[in-house]
Amino acid sequence: MIELKSISKTFNAGKPNEVKALGKLNLEIKEKEFVVIVGSNGSGKTTLLNLVAGTILPDTGSISIAGNNATKLADYQRSKWIARIFQNPLSGTAADLSILDNFRLAALRTQNKGLTIGKNEKFKTLVREKIAALGMGLEDKTEQPIGTLSGGQRQALTLMMSVMDECKILLLDEPTAALDPRSAENVMRTADALIKQYGLTAILVTHNLKDAANYGSRIIQMSEGEILKDISTAEKTKLKQAELFEWFG
Amino acid sequence: MGLYLSALLQGLCFAGIAFGIYISMKIFNIPDITTDGSYTLGGVVTGIMLTHNQPGWMILLAVIGAGAVAGALTGIIHTKLKINALLAGILVMTALYSVNLTILGRSNLPLLSLPSLFSVLNVLTDPNQNSLIILSLFVAALTLLIGYLLKTDFGIAMRATGNSEQMVRALGVNTDRMKIIGLAIANALTALSGYLITQFQGFADISMGIGVVIIGLGSVIIAETLINWLQITSVWLSLVLVLAGAVIFQLVLAFTLDIGVNPNLLKMVTAMFVLIIVGLPRLTSSKA
Repeated sequence: MIELKSISKTFNAGKPNEVKALGKLNLEIKEKEFVVIVGSNGSGKTTLLNLVAGTILPDTGSISIAGNNATKLADYQRSKWIARIFQNPLSGTAADLSILDNFRLAALRTQNKGLTIGKNEKFKTLVREKIAALGMGLEDKTEQPIGTLSGGQRQALTLMMSVMDECKILLLDEPTAALDPRSAENVMRTADALIKQYGLTAILVTHNLKDAANYGSRIIQMSEGEILKDISTAEKTKLKQAELFEWFG
Repeated sequence: MGLYLSALLQGLCFAGIAFGIYISMKIFNIPDITTDGSYTLGGVVTGIMLTHNQPGWMILLAVIGAGAVAGALTGIIHTKLKINALLAGILVMTALYSVNLTILGRSNLPLLSLPSLFSVLNVLTDPNQNSLIILSLFVAALTLLIGYLLKTDFGIAMRATGNSEQMVRALGVNTDRMKIIGLAIANALTALSGYLITQFQGFADISMGIGVVIIGLGSVIIAETLINWLQITSVWLSLVLVLAGAVIFQLVLAFTLDIGVNPNLLKMVTAMFVLIIVGLPRLTSSKA
């Protein structure tokens, strides 16, 4: 589903503050794999995620997504395959817009945003059903500006928004880093359930080793722009949280 | 009474600027001051085409097109060359002065004897009341058009762009293109104000746009104060309040003249008035 071939990325090349974020990295992620990426700050996790998302483009190498050469595609062009959850819960939604407007936009992720009014009764009912599934009691507040909700609520809604349109890949960039433990657990559970229900290919970048142990079918540890460990399904199920801690020892 | 009626008429003429600033400042979060230039551009295009006896619909289209090009230029400079929006606007505005002077050929063009938008329809004998009907229809059509646009899927993407660019890009919208289109729409609306005022006053002038951005800002700020105070989320009501803001602004200026303030001080009164509207909600909320 995602194939990275000898990808390298250097920021501020040739300047005193040059940072070599990734060097000749190869990675292949198969369909319906749920990859968890761990690593200390500056190990290149987020750079890797941004390269897949298209927020930044690689210096060398090629990126293929769902069988298409996506190396030079911008982030808004890759949205036809990729939905994203950001670290900042406020980034994934437009605060001044109603919940309904946010969902309308998300429902058109892979399509043109045309000059017709798409928020009909059928769509409103669909959104209410989707939101009701979260069990947060937000289904009656769809006309409220989404900015009036808490970070946890907004992050959960962003997750639901990602499956409003055809979604193949879900990128989660430390989605729970800014949330309280209970909201964080709720968001991770929702994400896991959606990934299984819709058969998504997912990449989760996290600093939370408990989540890293509990979720996902494959775990990758990164260090200094390279893949240090890559553990697939069979071994990952046996992997204990305590062993994960030792990776960072 | 005549003073207030013409203030109301002017307010309606300025609805375009108010909508334009509302779109650039409130929806896109971009401080765009191409306004002074694109407003005059609308005026001079109208003036020169009227003197050349061009049909009304063509003048209207030319004004919208000219304003849109000016706005798109600012948008392209801002997004593609990554230049600060304020500077991009100032650059285009400055260049437009020469463009406007070239189009007009001189600094002032009287149009009083020529037929205009206001002579299209003659329902009432009083020219001001007749103008009121025509202007009301024109502005109502404009409000409906923008309201509809903002309600469409494209409009939702527009409104989201000023909120969270990251999200909008992740949802498949080219935000650079969106900003260019947004600034084009905003300046087309601004040019429409120039179109209306030129025909209303009966002349086009090279300096008609100086400081006109404050009228748009003032109108939007009045509207914003009301929107926050009444906690309005509806797009339609917000637009109506922006329109009301434009009218209120002119009525306040008329009132200032009416109570005998020296007209030379009018610009200062304008600035003070805007300052008061901006400052008042902040002062009262910090006490609460």
